[in-house]
Amino acid sequence: MSGTYLGMPAFPAAAASSTQDTRLRANLRYATHTIRDKRARAVAELDDWARLRAAGAAVKDRTLRHLDHYLEQLEEAVTAAGGQVHWAADAAEANAIVARLVRETGEREVVKVKSMATQETGLNRALAEAGISAYETDLAELIVQLGDDLPSHILVPAIHRNRGEIRDIFRERMGRWGRPAPEGLSDAPNELAEAARLHLREKFLNAKVGISGANFMVAETGTLVVVESEGNGRMCLTLPETLISVVGIEKVVPTWQDLEIFLQLLPRSSTAERMNPYTSMWTGTADGDGPRTFHLVLLDNGRTDTLADTVGRQALRCIRCSACLNVCPVYERAGGHAYGSAYPGPIGAILTPQLRGTASELDASLPYASSLCGACYEVCPVAIDIPEVLVHLRERVVQGGKVTRRGVKTVLKPAKGHAAERAAMRAAGFAFGHPGVLRAGQRLAGRTRRLHPRRLPGPGRAWSDTRDLPPVPAESFRDWWRRTRGEERGK
Amino acid sequence: MSSRDVVLARVRRALADVPRDEGPEDVPVPRDYLRAHGSRTAEERVALLAENLAEYRALVHHTAADGLTALVTRLLDEHGARSVLVPSGLDPTWLPSSGPTRVDDRAASTTSRLDTVDSVVTGCAVAIAETGTIVLDGSPDQGRRRISLIPDHHICVVRVPDQVVDSVPQALERLDPTRPLTWVSGPSATSDIELDRVEGVHGPRKLEVVLLSE
Repeated sequence: MSGTYLGMPAFPAAAASSTQDTRLRANLRYATHTIRDKRARAVAELDDWARLRAAGAAVKDRTLRHLDHYLEQLEEAVTAAGGQVHWAADAAEANAIVARLVRETGEREVVKVKSMATQETGLNRALAEAGISAYETDLAELIVQLGDDLPSHILVPAIHRNRGEIRDIFRERMGRWGRPAPEGLSDAPNELAEAARLHLREKFLNAKVGISGANFMVAETGTLVVVESEGNGRMCLTLPETLISVVGIEKVVPTWQDLEIFLQLLPRSSTAERMNPYTSMWTGTADGDGPRTFHLVLLDNGRTDTLADTVGRQALRCIRCSACLNVCPVYERAGGHAYGSAYPGPIGAILTPQLRGTASELDASLPYASSLCGACYEVCPVAIDIPEVLVHLRERVVQGGKVTRRGVKTVLKPAKGHAAERAAMRAAGFAFGHPGVLRAGQRLAGRTRRLHPRRLPGPGRAWSDTRDLPPVPAESFRDWWRRTRGEERGK
Repeated sequence: MSSRDVVLARVRRALADVPRDEGPEDVPVPRDYLRAHGSRTAEERVALLAENLAEYRALVHHTAADGLTALVTRLLDEHGARSVLVPSGLDPTWLPSSGPTRVDDRAASTTSRLDTVDSVVTGCAVAIAETGTIVLDGSPDQGRRRISLIPDHHICVVRVPDQVVDSVPQALERLDPTRPLTWVSGPSATSDIELDRVEGVHGPRKLEVVLLSE
């Protein structure tokens, strides 16, 4: 089943190939521009948007600065309401807990609501290894799952597929997983949605176990919130006997009242709607209505390491709206797969290297997957200063420094690939501090200008692959000044 | 050490920069955002609700109490409903005395049984004008969450103007978080295929909202 992010090439290599894919670029360009324009209109409707955004950021900051307090309060409230709370330090532990809970029900099949957290932990694969089939029920996730593909967008995971491709996937693959696609299925979106409805209804009506994430958890009341459009969420959250929700520890908000901020910020930022079609809220279990057993798995998996970085911490404010993806010139051209993680786009570029660390070449390349244009910060509904964190992480990759990994403080060595950059910076620092050296170097460069290559050799090649080297003038500014004004003064 | 202790200890170590005497309430949260976007009369509020519901392709109807039964009868008839799901606390006079077979909302009903029912009629807890949202809270006139989910046709009766608020903040003030809550804004929809909006994937494809004047 589903593909894997392991062994992904670093961002520049992945992007170099995806930017050649003209169909992908056309699909992405159309999709991102459409949502971007709609979002701007939806946000413009609220004249207190800037104040809502500031309040959203402040609530998240309060939560993060006192996360231990709110997690304990949440656990108490969920337990009092009849739920069971489990804690998972990493992805493997979360997956093992879920697999055990499913096995204890005696079931071998589960239905899933789209969830970034379980995408991050690779839950479907882990369940498959435990002999449990997990069915994605969000239409886009279904397209991705049937196509043995990976999601490429937080909100619309199959954004890289067009209707013709989707029809082909449904025709060829649906039958392997259950009810096949209707005969003569066309590529009209309503027919495709109807095919998905029929295919999945069979799953919903028989499912005994549902697995979800959550958009918000309210510490004060123990309430979980899932925001969605299609109703597959409502199906998974209310029809099964057992519900297991896997949620990142940063998703907690302190009070019921705080939802008034996020339920205004999230829909308008993500789908550009005043409100998404369906929102479900549940507090533990309810008599005779919905699942009889509710498990909440609280997931760390690098979040506490991110929390330990006082600059990078703000990435944990993220409410997964995906507005930053839709405005990003780099995402629009490279596509989501190039980021090699569940979190693509600008937020992925700062979240992934913090959750996973920067040990792999891919993760070390992600802070560079940006033009630093700042559009992502402008649209972020919780005001995450993504460019600030990108620059901070670039410095970490190049310089190394103190980081926390799996809860342990450690000193990161400078990344290997950046040795030439560091040597160049040291040389530049020396030259700028010694005017005679700088002058001699500039004159040498000017006299040899005809011999300069158009592209740099060695480690500089990647840089000059996409840029023209600036021409070196025949005479440096300093020499020109000395020659012209210097003589004047001498008169 | 349990994973709970591991995670909480990591959180505390990660927050070494937070002064020990700082409490959660010491981190200021500015709440100078608006409680509602504009001031409206009751009539304007109901009109805005109707407009926003319709924009998200819910079908909106207006009636006074004496016309309700006839309206519900007509809507069921137009949908060709042979059976209708009925929450236990729904006012029995809202439904036609003859016509579609009534199916009671009972815990024992299987989902497959509910899948054969054509329509459902419910009340609501509160409706939000600015977003075109109706909220169900599982009260006796609204029933279990699944009855407004499985049938393809949902008729929701909103008592106006009493049940209508302007905004999301006002709605949350009225709701009880210990009840299971379902917020509905237009019928089920997806935009996953080239961002074309398609109504009805899993939830009811037809949402009819009856604005009942009191």
